[in-house]
Amino acid sequence: MSEEKKLFKVTIDGITIEVEPGTTILNAARQIGGEVTPPAMCYYTKLKNSGGKCRTCLVEVAAGSAADPRPMPKLVASCRTTVMDGMVVKNTTSERVLDAREGVVEFLLINHPIDCPICDQAGECDLQDLSYVHGADASRFDFEKRTFVKHNLGPYIQLHMTRCIMCYRCVYVADQVTNKRVHGILERGDKAEIATYIEKALDNDFIGNVIDVCPVGALTDRTFRFKSRVWFTKPVKAHRDCSKCCGKVHAWFRGDEILRVTGRKDQWGEVEDWICNECRFEKKSIHDWVIEGPAEINRHSVISQGHYSGKVGTTKPNEPFSKVMKGRQPNLLMDIHSVSEVNPPELDLSALPGPAHSTDFPKRKDTGEEPLTISEKSKGRLG
Amino acid sequence: MGVKLLLDKVHIEGIRYYDAYRKNGGYAAVEKALKTMSPELIVDEVKKSGLRGRGGAGFPTGLKWSFIAKPEGVPRHLVCNADESEPGTFKDRYLMEFLPHLLIEGLIISSFALGSNVTFIYIRGEYAWIPEILEQAIAEAKANGWLGKNILGTGFDCEIYVQRGAGAYICGEETALLESLEGKRGNPRIKPPFPAVKGLWDRPTVVNNVETLAAVVPVINMGGEAYAKIGVGRSTGTKLISACGNINKPGVYEIDMTISVEEFIYSETYCGGIAKGKRLKACIPGGSSVPILPANLLLKTAKGETRYMNYESLSDGGFATGSMLGSGGFIVLDEDQCVVRHTYTLARFYRHESCGQCSPCREGTLWMDKILKNIETGKGKKKDIDLLWDVQRRIEGNTICPLGDAAAWPVAAAIRHFRDEFEWHVDHPDECLKRNFGLAHYADPIEVVT
Repeated sequence: MSEEKKLFKVTIDGITIEVEPGTTILNAARQIGGEVTPPAMCYYTKLKNSGGKCRTCLVEVAAGSAADPRPMPKLVASCRTTVMDGMVVKNTTSERVLDAREGVVEFLLINHPIDCPICDQAGECDLQDLSYVHGADASRFDFEKRTFVKHNLGPYIQLHMTRCIMCYRCVYVADQVTNKRVHGILERGDKAEIATYIEKALDNDFIGNVIDVCPVGALTDRTFRFKSRVWFTKPVKAHRDCSKCCGKVHAWFRGDEILRVTGRKDQWGEVEDWICNECRFEKKSIHDWVIEGPAEINRHSVISQGHYSGKVGTTKPNEPFSKVMKGRQPNLLMDIHSVSEVNPPELDLSALPGPAHSTDFPKRKDTGEEPLTISEKSKGRLG
Repeated sequence: MGVKLLLDKVHIEGIRYYDAYRKNGGYAAVEKALKTMSPELIVDEVKKSGLRGRGGAGFPTGLKWSFIAKPEGVPRHLVCNADESEPGTFKDRYLMEFLPHLLIEGLIISSFALGSNVTFIYIRGEYAWIPEILEQAIAEAKANGWLGKNILGTGFDCEIYVQRGAGAYICGEETALLESLEGKRGNPRIKPPFPAVKGLWDRPTVVNNVETLAAVVPVINMGGEAYAKIGVGRSTGTKLISACGNINKPGVYEIDMTISVEEFIYSETYCGGIAKGKRLKACIPGGSSVPILPANLLLKTAKGETRYMNYESLSDGGFATGSMLGSGGFIVLDEDQCVVRHTYTLARFYRHESCGQCSPCREGTLWMDKILKNIETGKGKKKDIDLLWDVQRRIEGNTICPLGDAAAWPVAAAIRHFRDEFEWHVDHPDECLKRNFGLAHYADPIEVVT
């Protein structure tokens, strides 16, 4: 026997990786990265016992282990199932998984208000991302949606229960990060709600973290409410000397103004460290912070669009997509240039003097057909 | 008349109390087990008996007991699941109400076999009058030296506590029951770890149904092999069936699993036929969550063989043409009952009882309830039936606990076997509210083409 810890070999969607025993399927997939990683709405690495509830990370286990290669009969929650040596997992290569995931997204959305245009979370919302990738284009739910009354949980946090997907993350934060939990789940089934029973302020130095862990816009920052869309703000890494927390944050700027402060999130949308309420809500002046530099934002995120290029944040990629993604081609739902004349790839916008006008875009060759009317266009898109 | 092992003495005057129970051979099994057998031997005996869990899933009890982890210095627990909330099932209530000492006796033996010094009975909150009966039985047993410290001089200590639930169906699921018993919200846990490894307060725990634990008494009294000879195949021993619905004699019956479904419904010993001389239309043979079967598939399997009241025969044909014995809640529907109305009632129940923890169950049960309400009240469309099928298909198997399956199966079976009835509701919106839609052809067992 060697001193080295034996690693478990696990194959996910045909890609084999060696991981430590005790790793969950989800974390093994995150080590591979890319499309093989199942989406997770309720699992949060930092929160013990989280996960298993939203069912978006369901995967098929085609072979349990090398010793017992029988497949598991049901789909399993990858965030709570640990890998075995020789396990074979199917995520996007399994029809069953994709069908179940589409079902889960549909279930999550039937009572979600889909009020993204007025929701502060829009642009950094996990549910939004999930439904873009796995959702259907129309709802089959033709009943009145479930609604709740909005509540202010103290001066800093607003609870918008109608948007909640019951991930329980905020409950775990209050349990594990703060000294006393005063909110929880009341009622059961479809009537279940996050509440404080008798309306009460969430008052604790670390309770602001519930805003960061909320995957949707159910818990929002009252100091940032309706101030700006997130994609008009620039996230910047900043720190300060804080006696309560690590003091390392993302400060979201517009001009020279800090509109909000959040924890630093990694590529899976999870904070690197919890921050205290003082850092989050009280320190909104540029003098409070030492600026480190631009925060990394996924270049597919809407936040990195527009105002960034050439200054901070992402840089325009020089390599073709397939090279960056190790041979994989982009997963496009449709080629926008097949229906739009705007911004054709052959036109370099930066070469234009001043803003682009419609006259800058070359008309497409006249095919002799009547132009599509709007209704026909949208029909074609939905079909 | 079949063999009776559990209810053989139920008609004796005063059997509810210790004196009469003891006089009629009660606590002999405890004496035998504690004085002459080792815990391992009892587990072996239960394994040999082929006793299967009577709560619904039918998992072999001896095997379940052998899974319990035995780490040094960690207490183990036995929990009796008396949270009998499945619509149509009321056998445990009958046992606890009339033969409380039989359960206590089974609990003492099982606690000894599993090494549980503190044993709990988690009883359904709605059974408001039964905890008193059980506590009185426990007090009597304790006064006579069957519970407490150093039972029968063997050095084995055991205490039994009765804990009342707060009225949640979900707490009949074993991990939700444990959560509730710990004083938390009754949300099912994510398995693994299983209760046999990490159960009550993270200690190894076995959760068994009331009837299962009561059946341990005859197993010990007559020996595992003799017990296994009763019944047929892997359905050994006797089973309590709580029959209800449109039958002449509703009630709790003990059967030895060799009788046919036809005999059970029509013989005078059991249900005594369909009430008011009507014809049989459909039946749910094992509690509300198992698939409903139309009369033709209930009395004969798809292959044309007689269907018997046991685990194997009732599940013959899978869910396509079969069902399950489940918990033994036998619900009979006569020709005048509306399957859509009936399915809607069940869907409403599961929506109300979903814990709301995982999304397919929380949202799916709500959705099924709303669609079924529309169909039942004449507002449905043809595409709603397909939608309903799609919704149940995406709930089944994708949830944390079996409540999702339990909510999906009745809907699936109703659409599978009674699709024309759903379509009739869509086509006749005015008439369907009158609710006397019989579809009498289901009442005549017809040839099934396979």
